[in-house]
Amino acid sequence: MSARLRRLTTPVVLLVLWEGAARAGVLPPDKLSPPSAVLEAAWRLSADGTLGGSLLDSLRRAVLGLVIGGTLALVLGAVAGLLRLGDDLVDPPVQMARMLPHLGLVPLLIIWLGIGESLKVTLVALGAFFPIYLNTYAGIRGIDERLVEAARTCGLTWLERVRHVVLPGALPSLFLGVRLAFAAGWLSLVVGEQVNGEGGIGFLMMEAREFSQTEVVVLGLLVYAVLGLLSDLALRMGERRLLSWRRGLRAS
Amino acid sequence: MAARSSGLVVEAAGVRRSFGDTVVLDGVDLTIGHGEVVALLGASGSGKSTLLRILAGLDDEATGTVKVPESRAVVFQEHRLLPWKRVADNVALGVRSKDAASRTASALAEVGLADRGRAWPAELSGGQSQRVAIARALIREPELLLMDEPFGALDALNRLKMQALFGRLRALHGFAALLVTHDVDEAILLADRLMVLDGGHIIESIEVDLGRSRAVDTPGFATLRRKLLTLLRVPAEGVAWDAEELRGAPR
Repeated sequence: MSARLRRLTTPVVLLVLWEGAARAGVLPPDKLSPPSAVLEAAWRLSADGTLGGSLLDSLRRAVLGLVIGGTLALVLGAVAGLLRLGDDLVDPPVQMARMLPHLGLVPLLIIWLGIGESLKVTLVALGAFFPIYLNTYAGIRGIDERLVEAARTCGLTWLERVRHVVLPGALPSLFLGVRLAFAAGWLSLVVGEQVNGEGGIGFLMMEAREFSQTEVVVLGLLVYAVLGLLSDLALRMGERRLLSWRRGLRAS
Repeated sequence: MAARSSGLVVEAAGVRRSFGDTVVLDGVDLTIGHGEVVALLGASGSGKSTLLRILAGLDDEATGTVKVPESRAVVFQEHRLLPWKRVADNVALGVRSKDAASRTASALAEVGLADRGRAWPAELSGGQSQRVAIARALIREPELLLMDEPFGALDALNRLKMQALFGRLRALHGFAALLVTHDVDEAILLADRLMVLDGGHIIESIEVDLGRSRAVDTPGFATLRRKLLTLLRVPAEGVAWDAEELRGAPR
């Protein structure tokens, strides 16, 4: 038996046990629905378009929040990393704000923004902002000064040095930041979508809870998990393409 | 290439540089003629690299007058290639002319790496990386080449090959060069003039008149070597492990 197959054994056994326990009546269906019921719910909700619509709502919030938070973080991180004045002006307030748990801001954000779309997008943006800011800043600060100097002796202007030395040098750290931002963004979305409002996977789950449709709640969880997995995969593929120069480093 | 007027490529006078209270360069005067290779020797911490960095325009806090040509290039002890650019792109870095690609190819061919243009720096050996660094300097057709212990990080055999390569490239391009080194043999082999830096001053400037083709067994080499080592305050008696002789040797 190959190692890959062996590693599949336990998950499959657990699934079978779960299904069996539900069918034997050991697991009450209103506490935890069997996998078959979850699959069936998936089929039903896909067919009537509910799942697709909710997914689209959630994705729109996630993308919007990530773009807003990420862009802001990138700009501020670059300003703080590249310019001494920027460092003095930008970094202290960001470091202070970082200490606030952003999910703890939900009550305040509800007062400011209500419970609509802007609350959810803001939460995702806040979650994505800090990892990207911190890693952009650290990536730029971690550049080997000797490489910058060598580029200077090759006649590169300040802007060209940023483009050819600083940005590519900070890219590995930036990628780490984006991956952490994705994770934080999804988490923020889950929390944000449970604060009432309309549409989205979270809304689907909250609604199902009211009608004790446990299988839909479990389905929502699964969808979140798959979304997280897919975004991580996409990011890793992008990383492999953009950071192909590191392959040589790893081999040697 | 335009005919070069005779005269000086580098004119530096009264160069001073201190780090805090430590004065590293205390009024250094230095000139380098067209096509002249000057080796700069000195103990560690004598300010050799500091002087080179000043000539390279990398030090803003030095005082004194420094006249260097606009067209100059630097080779550092470490290759300092950008790991995220392929070898050819590293060589062509900052070269803005239209024929950059063909110039890159010929620069790489000159250092014997014509077929490695597509490689990543991480795939090269130490000696190869340093050759690329030299190609990156030469593609700029510099009037002045500044080299900071360029072969110092290489093993002894590679160093010999690179010294021979330097001789060939020099004959080909006719650049003037300042070669910072702590290798006395290398200095005598490659330079037209030797300068010794000590206590913030140039304490000696020696013309090397051993001819254009020289080796460690060229007559006069050993004498010059001994003289240099004395200036650098290194005992030049050689190595002895004959117990009898050691006992009789003066301390």
